[in-house]
Amino acid sequence: MIDLLNVGLVVLIVGLAVWIIFARETFSAVVAFIAYGLLLTLVWAQLNGIDVALTEAAIGGGLTGALLVGAASRLRLTENSAQAEQSGAALKWLAAGVSGAVTSALAVCVLALPDPAPSLAQEVAANIDRTGVGNPITAVLLAFRAMDTLLEAIVLLFALIGVWSLTPDRFWAGRPGIKQSADPNGILAYVARVLAPLGIVVGVYIFWVGADYPGGKFQGATILAAMWLLVMMAGLADAPAISRRTLRMALVLGPVVFIAIGFLGVASAGAFLAYPGEYAKPLILVIEFALMPSLTLILGLLLLSAPQRAAEP
Amino acid sequence: MAGATLFGLCAAVLIGLGVFGLITHPQPLRKILAFNVIGSGVFLLFGAIAYRGAAAGMSADPVPQALLITGIVVAFSATALAVALLLRLHDETGSASLSAEATNKEPSGGHDA
Amino acid sequence: MNALLNVWTWIAVSAGAIFFLAGTVGLLRFPDSLTRLHALTKADNLGLGLVVLGLLPQTSGILDAVKLIAIWLLVMLSGASISQLIAHRVWMDSDPQQ
Repeated sequence: MIDLLNVGLVVLIVGLAVWIIFARETFSAVVAFIAYGLLLTLVWAQLNGIDVALTEAAIGGGLTGALLVGAASRLRLTENSAQAEQSGAALKWLAAGVSGAVTSALAVCVLALPDPAPSLAQEVAANIDRTGVGNPITAVLLAFRAMDTLLEAIVLLFALIGVWSLTPDRFWAGRPGIKQSADPNGILAYVARVLAPLGIVVGVYIFWVGADYPGGKFQGATILAAMWLLVMMAGLADAPAISRRTLRMALVLGPVVFIAIGFLGVASAGAFLAYPGEYAKPLILVIEFALMPSLTLILGLLLLSAPQRAAEP
Repeated sequence: MAGATLFGLCAAVLIGLGVFGLITHPQPLRKILAFNVIGSGVFLLFGAIAYRGAAAGMSADPVPQALLITGIVVAFSATALAVALLLRLHDETGSASLSAEATNKEPSGGHDA
Repeated sequence: MNALLNVWTWIAVSAGAIFFLAGTVGLLRFPDSLTRLHALTKADNLGLGLVVLGLLPQTSGILDAVKLIAIWLLVMLSGASISQLIAHRVWMDSDPQQ
């Protein structure tokens, strides 16, 4: 019965991928992409990766989908010329050949994977008690491979700086997004008022429970960012001007604290990002609490893209 | 581990479809979509390998899954940067096409560096 | 008792699946946006509701049952509000005097 479910999921996912690639209208392809992300969440649940399923649903399906829907709607007027433009038949045959070669090579690799499979689960299980967390994925993210998480936070910050650097000169130091003027008594404002508190509770809960159960700060920060975006879209709050000092300090707070704890590890335990003795769990908590607001702001601002309004005088 | 093999082959098909879309679509937004399909195929392949590494009381190898979470977040940030570039191109030239005659048009509203 | 609960789960989830199927057929076959929205609400309310009711006996505690019902209520809230927003947009687009 489980195999039938897996086969059904694979058929649906490949069908949606074909729709994404071959649809004529851009908006139709973007909607298929959102459904594709949600079905991938089910696949992750089948592969026993609940943390990855949460991340895929929140970021892969949710935030990326919202980003692409916004882009497709802003590019709506170029849709006709975009549909008229087509590649030549020679390029399509060449592309079919290349993609067929890639698929076959990967399929051969998949069928030739070593058996018994190599795994690092043993090492993680042997060392997880020293980190103080119960969820092995959180232990890997924040203790065994903390360097990867630090670099990830810095990459997110750099992506945001890259997006802001694309601001036209006349909009520099302005606010991202357009001024939303939804009806304050309308349905969108009602949903924002009802859903945002619930979303904040759910987001903070997922962040907190990530120490011992599936969850964590990336999933929690995404939900908080989504609630912030909902409140902004309903016109109940406005996007912050990108030149505000408090905003910039809040953005760098997380990575700076992370780097500081890394250097603390050099002084007290001998290596960058090493945690001394019994202080592993408290240090992990400090890093997570510092990263949460930074991640929420970065994810929300990445979705809003570069400023489109001039700064107020 | 028939489940892992099935999802691994599905991932290979997804990567192939994404490569086809990336090469044939002239519009940048469709290329970004195809790139995301390639990315999710790669993540699925990783996930199938993590599923095969179940041991020591855990239902899957946690190290590849932690790398996957990092990968999904970084892929989102790359997509956000790509979309920002595309929207800036659209604001400057009035079209979202990468072809030469479209981008040589007079820019729409004010010319800035 | 256990067998009776399993039978209830089978019946309710299958009925929910039938409503999902009806909603999808409506989405594909109805002529315009407003009627398609109407078909989708059947999937949201009745389909998901029956699936949730069917899964309630299988939960391992009162907290899980409350979470399932909360998920159903949240999906109905977001579905209802999005339907209103889409219908408002359709109405504005179709009536030039607005």
